[in-house]
Parts: sequence; C-alpha cells; structure tokens
Amino acid sequence: MRPMLQYLSGELPTALAEAPESPAAPGEGGLGRRVFLKLGLAAGFALYAAPGGAQDASVGGSAPGAPEPLKPFQQPSAFVAIDADGIVTVTIGKIDFGQGVQTALPMLVAEEMDADWSKVRCELAPAGEAYKDPFFHIQMVGGSTSIKASWQQYREIGARMRAMLVAAAAKQLNTPAAQLRTESGSVVTPDGRRLGYGALAQAAFAEPVPASVALKDPSQFKLIGKPVNRLDARAKSSGRQDFGIDLQLPGQRTVVMVHPPVFGGRVARFDAAPALAVPGVEEVLQVPLSGGATGLAIVANGFWPARKARELVKVEWDLSGVERVDSAAQLAQFRALARQPGIAVQRADTAALTAKPAPALITAEFTFPYLAHTPMEPLNCTIDFRGDRCTVWVGSQFQTVDQAQVAGVLGLKPEQVTLHTMTAGGGFGRRATPTSDYVVEAAQVAKARHAAGKTGPVKMIWTREDDVRGGYYRPTHLHRVEIAHDRQGGVLAWKHVIVGQSITMGTPFADFMVKNGADATMTEGVAESAYPFPIALEVHHPKANVPVLWWRSVGHTHTAFVMETLVDELARAGKLDPVAYRRQLLAKHARHLAALDLAVAKSGYGKATLAKGRAWGVAVHESFNTVVAYVVEVSMKGGRPVLHRVTAGVHCNLAVNPRTIEAQVQGALVMGIGMTLPGAAITLKNGEVEQSNWHDYRVPIHVDAPPVDLHIVPSADPPTGMGECGVPPIAPAIANAVAALTGKRWRSLPFPA
Amino acid sequence: MISFRLNGQAQQVDVPGDTPVLWVLRDTLGMTGTKFGCGVAVCGACTVHVDGEQRRACVTPIESVAGQQITTIEAIGGDRIGQAVQEAWVKHDVVQCGYCQSGQIMAAVALLRHRPQPSDADIDAAMSANLCRCGTYVRIHAAVKDAARSLA
Repeated sequence: MRPMLQYLSGELPTALAEAPESPAAPGEGGLGRRVFLKLGLAAGFALYAAPGGAQDASVGGSAPGAPEPLKPFQQPSAFVAIDADGIVTVTIGKIDFGQGVQTALPMLVAEEMDADWSKVRCELAPAGEAYKDPFFHIQMVGGSTSIKASWQQYREIGARMRAMLVAAAAKQLNTPAAQLRTESGSVVTPDGRRLGYGALAQAAFAEPVPASVALKDPSQFKLIGKPVNRLDARAKSSGRQDFGIDLQLPGQRTVVMVHPPVFGGRVARFDAAPALAVPGVEEVLQVPLSGGATGLAIVANGFWPARKARELVKVEWDLSGVERVDSAAQLAQFRALARQPGIAVQRADTAALTAKPAPALITAEFTFPYLAHTPMEPLNCTIDFRGDRCTVWVGSQFQTVDQAQVAGVLGLKPEQVTLHTMTAGGGFGRRATPTSDYVVEAAQVAKARHAAGKTGPVKMIWTREDDVRGGYYRPTHLHRVEIAHDRQGGVLAWKHVIVGQSITMGTPFADFMVKNGADATMTEGVAESAYPFPIALEVHHPKANVPVLWWRSVGHTHTAFVMETLVDELARAGKLDPVAYRRQLLAKHARHLAALDLAVAKSGYGKATLAKGRAWGVAVHESFNTVVAYVVEVSMKGGRPVLHRVTAGVHCNLAVNPRTIEAQVQGALVMGIGMTLPGAAITLKNGEVEQSNWHDYRVPIHVDAPPVDLHIVPSADPPTGMGECGVPPIAPAIANAVAALTGKRWRSLPFPA
Repeated sequence: MISFRLNGQAQQVDVPGDTPVLWVLRDTLGMTGTKFGCGVAVCGACTVHVDGEQRRACVTPIESVAGQQITTIEAIGGDRIGQAVQEAWVKHDVVQCGYCQSGQIMAAVALLRHRPQPSDADIDAAMSANLCRCGTYVRIHAAVKDAARSLA
C-alpha cells in the first residue's frame, strides 16, 4: 500500500517548508498570518475557513502615530502602469480563468483612481511578493475570494495612485492639491484646465506613496456597481487571446505523457523503439510522478508526433502494492461505514429517533460520484530549466505553491524560479492542487532532459484522456440521514453521517481545515446550516487510492443537495408550502430571506399558474458568504426532467460588476445542472478509470442550459464570493420539482438515466 | 508537400499526411486561435471551415483537405457573417475563460450560413455540438440570435 499512502501523506517538499515568509511586521495579527506561521507555507483557505471574511488587520492602511512602511501589496507601482497616452494597465495578482476578475479588479483600481475606463487594460502578474494575497500570504485564487479579499487592497492602490497623480499635478501647476479634482483620467483645476494622467505619470510615480488614503463611499461610485463588459471580450472572440497551451518559444519541444493505468503504478520496463521511429520524436524519458508513481515522457517537435508515438510505446507496469479501487465495492464500503459510529462533528440529542411510540421518520441515503473538472483547455505547463534558474509558464491558481514545488524538484530556491501566470481555459479547482501534480510532472521532465544534457523549453500537454483519467476528482460521497419529525415541519431529531475521502488531509491545508479528524471541506453546508435543526453530524474519511480535490463549490456540491431536498421533503410531509416553510426556518437569516423572497417574487411562484405538467422547485443555499436562491419550472419527458426556466435571487452584498455576476450564475448553474445528467460520473473498475473523454463523461451542452432571470439584492456592504455560489442550489431545486411532479425523491446525483 | 488555401492565401506544408489540420495550424504554422480540446471530435473547440463547411480540425488529416480552402478564427472577421457574429459575441459579453469560443464562433457562422434566421431549436441543435465548461450557452444563444437579426 505504499504508493497509496504516499498520495495521502503528501509530505511537504523541502522547498515548500523552506519557502521564505512574507515580510510582515512583528506582532501582526490575523488568522492568515497565524496560519502562515504555523505552516511555514501559507496555506490558502483561511478566509474560507472563517465565514464572514474577517479582514487582516494589516490591510487597513497605516496605524495612527508612526506610520508603518507600506508593504509590497500596497504599492501602486506593482499594480499600476500609465503610459504617455494615458493607457492605464492594471496588473492583478490573480489568475483569470473565466471568473472575470481581470475586469472586476481593474474596476476597483479605476474607480478610486478616477481613470478613464476606456483606457484601462489588464495583465496577469507573475509569481511575486507583491501579488501574494494580503490575507492568505500566498498568491492564489480560491474559495471565491478574489473580489472579497481584494476589495480594500485594490481600491487603496487606486486611491494611492490618484493621490500621487494629484500631487504631481499640484507641483506642475503650482496649485494646492486640495484645489484639484480628478475625473475620467485627468486632474482638473478649479478653472477647468485638464492634465491627462499620461502626461503626469512619470512625475506621479516619483511622488511619495501616501500611507493612508480615504476611500469613496459607495454612493460616490461611478464604475463599481455598473454592468461592465469584460476587458478580454474582443481578444477572446477573435482567437487572439493567448492561453498557456498557445505559448511558442524558440527551440521549444512538446511533451506528451504516458501515465500508469492505475494511480501509483510504476514503469516496470518499456520499449521506446517503435515510438522513436516516429519522425519528430526525439526521446522517451522515464520520470517520477506524484504519489510514488512513474511514467514516461515522449519528447517531440510537436504535439502530433508525440501523441502518435504514445500509441506505439510498449510499457509493462508494476502495480504491485497499489490499491485498485472499484466504485461498486467502494459504495458498499461507504454504505456499511455510514451505519457505524463516526467522528462527531456536531452533537445533538437523537433519542427521538427510537422513541415509543415511534414518531414519523425519514431515512435517506444519498450518493455522489467522483467528478472530473475537465476545463476546456487541457492541462499544460511549459518549463525552461537552465540549471541555476528556471522559467515556468502555467495557468496557475496557486502561483506561490507551484513556484516552490518546481523549485523543490529542480533543487532551486523559489526566487530562482520565474513563474508566469498564463490566462487559463477554465479551472473549476483543478489548477489549485496542493501537490502541483501536473506542474511537478513538467518539472520532472525538464529535470530529466537537463540531466541528459538537453536544453531548451519543454511544453507538456495533457491529452483529454490524461485529464479525465488523471485523478484529483471531487470525491465520492455518501450521506445517511435519519430524521424524526412531527408531520408539521417540526424536527425532533436529525442524525446525519457523511462518508467521503478528505480533500485536505495530508496537505498543508489540513492544519486548519481538519479538526478532530473531520475535514470541514466535506461538512460545509451541513455543519453551518442556516436551518435551526438539531443536527447530530458524524463523518468517516475512508482512504482510497484516488487523488481528490476541490471542485467548484467543494463540499456544497453535495451538502446543498442533501439539505435542500430534505427540507423540501419535511415541508411536504407537513403539508406546508416549501417556500413558507423555509421562510419560517430562516426567519433570523435576513440575507437568505432577501435572496429567496426576490427569486420567489420575480418567478411568479404561488401566483402565476404554470402550464399543465409543470411544477415549481425551490432551493436556497449559502456558500462562500453568498446566498443564492433558485426557483425553477420543470416538467417531465420520458422520465427525465425538462428545465424550462430558472429565476435566481442572489445576495452577494455589493455587486461590483453585475454583468459578471450574471455570467457567473448562468455558468455555475449550468455546471450544477451538469451534476444531474446521467453519465456525469467518474467510476473505477479494478483501479482503472472507466471514462476517458467527453463522449463517456457527460458534461452539459447548449441545449441543457435554461433561460435564467437573475436578480441581485441591492446592498452596499463589502462584497462576498461569487465564482462558485451558483452551483449548489440548482440540482436540489430540480429534484424538488421532480418530487412535486412524480412523488419520487431522487436521492443521488447524477439523476437516473 | 501538401498544398491548400488558408484564409485566402496559398499554403504549403511539409508534414506527414495523417497530421490533423489542428496541429498543422498550431504547431507547423503557429496559428493558435484554433484550439485543442478533446482530440476526438466531441467538443468542437477546434472547429474550422473547409470550403465553407464546419469541420473538426483535430480529426481531419491534412492530406484530406489538399487543394481545399481552410478558414480559421483568425480570418472569420473578414466574412460578413463572421464579423456580425464576433460583434454579437462582444456585445453580449459571451466569453468567460474564452477557450472554446473560437470553435463556438466558427460553428455559429456555419449555422447562419445555412439558416440565416435560425429558430431556438435550430440554435440548440447546431450549437449543442460545441462544449463550453464555463456554461456560456445562454449568452451564446442570445448572441447567435442577435447576429442573425443584424444580418437580416
């Protein structure tokens, strides 16, 4: 079982353990800082672990009295460039893989700068000190925090830049700064003269950076809160946007991998001769992979020769000692575990379940399969290793982690690794691997080539089959729930057991995501449910030789389905209206109520008469501090649900870019619909993944996407998450409509074929 | 040497005849607007036009298009329908990650060539062969309809 254990133990590579700490003032507080100190490497999801999004004390500008020197993440020079024509380029520390921060973060800067939006551009930052998230202390995207965690930081950068432009103008005009105002990319004098930012830029950057700046009140916003089109819309509509996979460097070679058929498998022997006979193929290298596995790297002068050669390499695999997971057996194992005492996460009295006379009981088991992310752009990474330094180009969601992991493989210090963040074709969590699996793989190839005396950059491209079979899936889960109730909506007892692999155990994230042996990324959505039920929650984390990972909305992908279908079932058992029942239960949760009420009101629920054969379905769920409510209209055709319309109510506090929020909800709910589609499952037989590409791993297509009416609850409070929150409530809303139409409770995803 | 026309220009490449058009474009000619998604003609990211008809470049051997006209995303804006589709894409802010959108646009142009005023069902049928993991389908749908209106 050694290889399996290696997958699970995920020992921190030396380079990670030695990653330099961010230079922060002694005694600086904040959960993120403490986590950072504890781990040596800041492991990312601290905000996510602290609902409410506590702000790091260090973010709020200078303290009264002697001002602290500004930190790199507070310096405009790292984030803003202004050319002579007044083009403002905002460099953001986050990757954009569709979620729209490449537009929304520049909006935050431009708002406070009073920049001319038509002259604002955006670039993605390489791995660098200034771009580490001030809360997480690493450079990363995760937990739907890009706007939430940057809200103050990026506005302050804009405000500082504006102050420096005004100071420069004041000197040039010999006018007190207080008499100058700014507007649309210019400093304006009391008599109406305008000095463009382009002309002032050079002098402005020579001005001292103000420690403390006043930020606008939301009522003064001109840009924030307006629907703004994406800055990259035109490039991405004309084939001009370069992604990581599009990189072309002089002397570059393309690498296609040969992975073992079972996770942790090792090359016993191989015959490369037939592969080397393919014109363009240069070498076949054996390389170490994650978790003690080994594989082969086929190096060629392009993708096609390498891909062709892969079919010709003869490999004999050593699978001894490697656990071979079988999905059917695993589910039986989970089912048996769910009936045994687990690790208590939340305690409550469950005596009512066995009381005499017996109350009304609901006993339900829910199952959820492994899910692959399959972002459209196949995973890839380009590395140019020069012995004493290295350059990496990758669509990384975890720049600091990937940089350190590459350094570890190549025997370099992180600062000897330049990591360029490439625009990425989707991610959904797959580009945030604590093990940096595919990036490390590319580094191993670069290392092996370098050892063989070869030079020049290598671009490793995973095929879709590598991706579908490559692990790092949303884990398989089983929930077993027993509820005693009074047939009037009153819950007397609720025993809830969740079984599933831990995502974070064995990674640097475990220290704060795992408490008493229970992984919070599995229980979120049940453990912090807004519903006032007396939930006794236990978990089991069986190990399995399948690497697992967060998948857009993480634990909420399954917990929302369980909670929202059970709430619906309780309402119907009590002959209560499902909306009225939820409103009663959520009486103390104003944001839940506001989102739900908005969706209900706009949908016509309870007022409009539906076409014959249609029913409403409702669900509301909070994730990443944002509440999303869906009201859906469904009919049945051939035993399958047809989704006619979705009305969404969203409470994400202040909506920075409503256009992006609409896009995120439209897209997230399509991904959520995807979880319901028969065929949306990764299964294993004898250790091998049974699916290989999109023909047998079902993802949503054009015709699966329903019309969506989106409504955002107005708010001026600091924004909360948006990238993932639209996923969780759609599957239960559909299932609830199906139950209304058929009387059948579908308890598993995907839905029956 | 295999000869064909690419975006209106004569083109010759010296590659094995079984090399897919996708990899001739991307690796031999350095034209990366056409994307690799699945390699088995199920996702549509690699959609190009061959003599005006949409084709999955990832499974189309270059020798099979000798002498024919290949049009890619890089040149589709020079076409009246292509330009209308691209403008509709920008106006509707369709893209998210953007990776599938070259293929989506090529598929939409092919649809509008055959059906200048497609119904919702026509759009569903034609565009369901192109995957988008970000789920931009609602906006794609609206943009196709808008492009059709602008061309009417």
